[in-house]
Amino acid sequence: MKTLSSKAAAAVEKARSEGRAALIGYLPAGFPDVPTTIEAALAMAANGVDLIEIGIPYSDPVMDGRVIQDATVQALAAGFTVPQIFDVVRGITSATDVPVLVMTYWNPVMRMGVREFASRLAEAGGAGLITPDLIPDEAAEWMAVSDEFGLDRVFLVAPSTSPARMRSTVEASRGFVYGVSVMGITGARTSVGAAARAVVDDAHAAGAERVCVGLGVSSAAQVAEIARYADGVIVGTALVAALRDGGVPAVAALCKDLSTGTGKNPS
Amino acid sequence: MTHQHTGGRASEPAAEIDGDAAAAFLSHEGRPESLRHAPGPYFGDYGGRWMPESLIAALDELQETFEAAKADPEFTAQVAELNATYAGRPSLLTEAKSFAAHAGGVRVFLKREDLNHTGSHKINNVLGQALLAKRMGKTRVIAETGAGQHGVASATAAALLGLECVVYMGAEDTRRQALNVARMQLLGAEVIPVTNGSQTLKDAINDALRDWVANVDTTHYLLGTAAGAHPFPAMVRYFHEVIGEEARAQILEQTGKLPDAVCACVGGGSNAIGIFHGFLDDPSVRLYGFEAGGDGVESGRHAATITLGRPGVLHGARSYLMQDEYGQTMESHSISAGLDYPGVGPEHAYLADIGRASYEPVTDREAMDAFKLLCRTEGIIPAIETAHALGGALKVGQRLAADLAPGEQPGDKVIIVNLSGRGDKDVATAAEYFDLLPDDSAEQEIAKEGEQL
Ligand SMILES: Cc1ncc(COP(=O)(O)O)c(C=O)c1O
Repeated sequence: MKTLSSKAAAAVEKARSEGRAALIGYLPAGFPDVPTTIEAALAMAANGVDLIEIGIPYSDPVMDGRVIQDATVQALAAGFTVPQIFDVVRGITSATDVPVLVMTYWNPVMRMGVREFASRLAEAGGAGLITPDLIPDEAAEWMAVSDEFGLDRVFLVAPSTSPARMRSTVEASRGFVYGVSVMGITGARTSVGAAARAVVDDAHAAGAERVCVGLGVSSAAQVAEIARYADGVIVGTALVAALRDGGVPAVAALCKDLSTGTGKNPS
Repeated sequence: MTHQHTGGRASEPAAEIDGDAAAAFLSHEGRPESLRHAPGPYFGDYGGRWMPESLIAALDELQETFEAAKADPEFTAQVAELNATYAGRPSLLTEAKSFAAHAGGVRVFLKREDLNHTGSHKINNVLGQALLAKRMGKTRVIAETGAGQHGVASATAAALLGLECVVYMGAEDTRRQALNVARMQLLGAEVIPVTNGSQTLKDAINDALRDWVANVDTTHYLLGTAAGAHPFPAMVRYFHEVIGEEARAQILEQTGKLPDAVCACVGGGSNAIGIFHGFLDDPSVRLYGFEAGGDGVESGRHAATITLGRPGVLHGARSYLMQDEYGQTMESHSISAGLDYPGVGPEHAYLADIGRASYEPVTDREAMDAFKLLCRTEGIIPAIETAHALGGALKVGQRLAADLAPGEQPGDKVIIVNLSGRGDKDVATAAEYFDLLPDDSAEQEIAKEGEQL
């Protein structure tokens, strides 16, 4: 795993130096509109989030559960288009030092052209990409282009990932490795289960310096549980639901609460 | 939407396509000597595994199981036995003499997949995959379905082999195809209406994939067409290769020679790749895939993926894709639910690019004209999907007849059409289309909705 000039790695390491796991918050771009996405992301940054993840709404989000699907369907129906992601990223990075990763299914990137997409993302101040349906095996172009523009490439590993794939995926990643906590899709769960810990341990054993856990995390208690063994905790659905139900103030309040769970050695 | 092509297939006149295709194929430039049995994961630039990591282990397991099964005489014997004693294979090759009079007078033969158990080619694939599911020790299969053909076939195979079966189907389709939902339920399957996204076949696939990620230990995803992530395209083709093998032997026996053209409809591409496969290495045989032209490709309301799409990734494979300028999947439109899919199998994308097969759109209207013609001339009611192949075959026959060498007769030319399914499921749609239902009848209400598929 290459650490060279990685914004995402720096954010996780900063949290580590403070005795914490990094808190990573996800919101889809354009839900309910672009200005609100920026405002909500800045509220996350001001309330304990170390790294911001912004999703590109996509017509066929196979890894997403109902809450995120509904939000992205709404964003697309309201007219969100892929190039607006760069406005969102620019809007956030011009107002905070907290780095921004873009989470995207691969076809919109392919359609724009991987190089074009990467260059515009870098120009907007983005840190890199999280790619839920791109595995390193198919990522030759993205590997080259992300090197060229110094972008992070966050690949996923899952409870089903074989030891060989664990090694190759860790090797291909930059910034951190995204450990999928359960076999399933995004959505709040009451418990993330033992599989998450095994994924993190396996990824660490395969050489990953930073492993962050996502899928199903929705409460400070879950954050606290995961923070004990992982380098970062990713919260998505719960934040989307908060924004849906209570707007930006609810996002701020939830982040504040979640961030109380990130301590590595809770007293 | 911009239409950039690696080749100019769609926009050129048909005669030129044929000449170019034959020349490109014969030149053998940079491709393997044989096109048969292409193993994947890639078909030229297409195919692969554009899939979440969570599913890669399951795809690996499936691939290993499939490779081992193919090499295991016990498995191949099991498939052959089910094909012979359950599905009803070999299917007939029927000469359609009266229909042929409308196809420039060339000889037309129908490969009768409509006579298979459950009424279409789909049974070939589901029996094979259900056997693989059992070999993997899985107890549950899931499937997607549009109008219900693949769902019914999957429920059938699951009932036969003692597997639990869950079918994902667009919520709209469950209402329009209430009888097919009942068929699946009679066979013991659970039908889950899909209310996500555009609530169509592609969203049913999305939901099936979401189910698969969460239940992969016990569950096999029984994908219904030759698309998706490796090994699905090569595996689904393998189970349908029997169509082409039989057709090739039957046509040689009945006419003493190879056909001039083989025609099939293309949704995801399973019936087409199955029959094409038998003739891939016969350069004199032209292969035609007919896509759903809907209201006409210029209308924007169609499912002509290869004709008008451009390369992209959807549901695990890189292939031609109907997408907007931002890479969002576009909604397809066709009178035929089974062709109403914005993607297409990757092997077809490759065969199109190298010019081995030609893909052309057939509109709803052309398909329905051919549908009626086959009913009236041959006493066979085809599936509306299949009617697209018939509509295309009429044009191919007329072109062959217009392009004869000196001394040749139209009757020297031979076309095989893959009659992929029977039309019982489509009677309501067709009756409404041809205005056969009394006003305000209950059937008319149902059919009205069905027609908008
Ligand atoms: C009778 C029939 N033919 C063709 C198709 C299209 O599928 P494919 O392109 O995979 O053969 C279907 C799909 O439902 C069908 O029912």
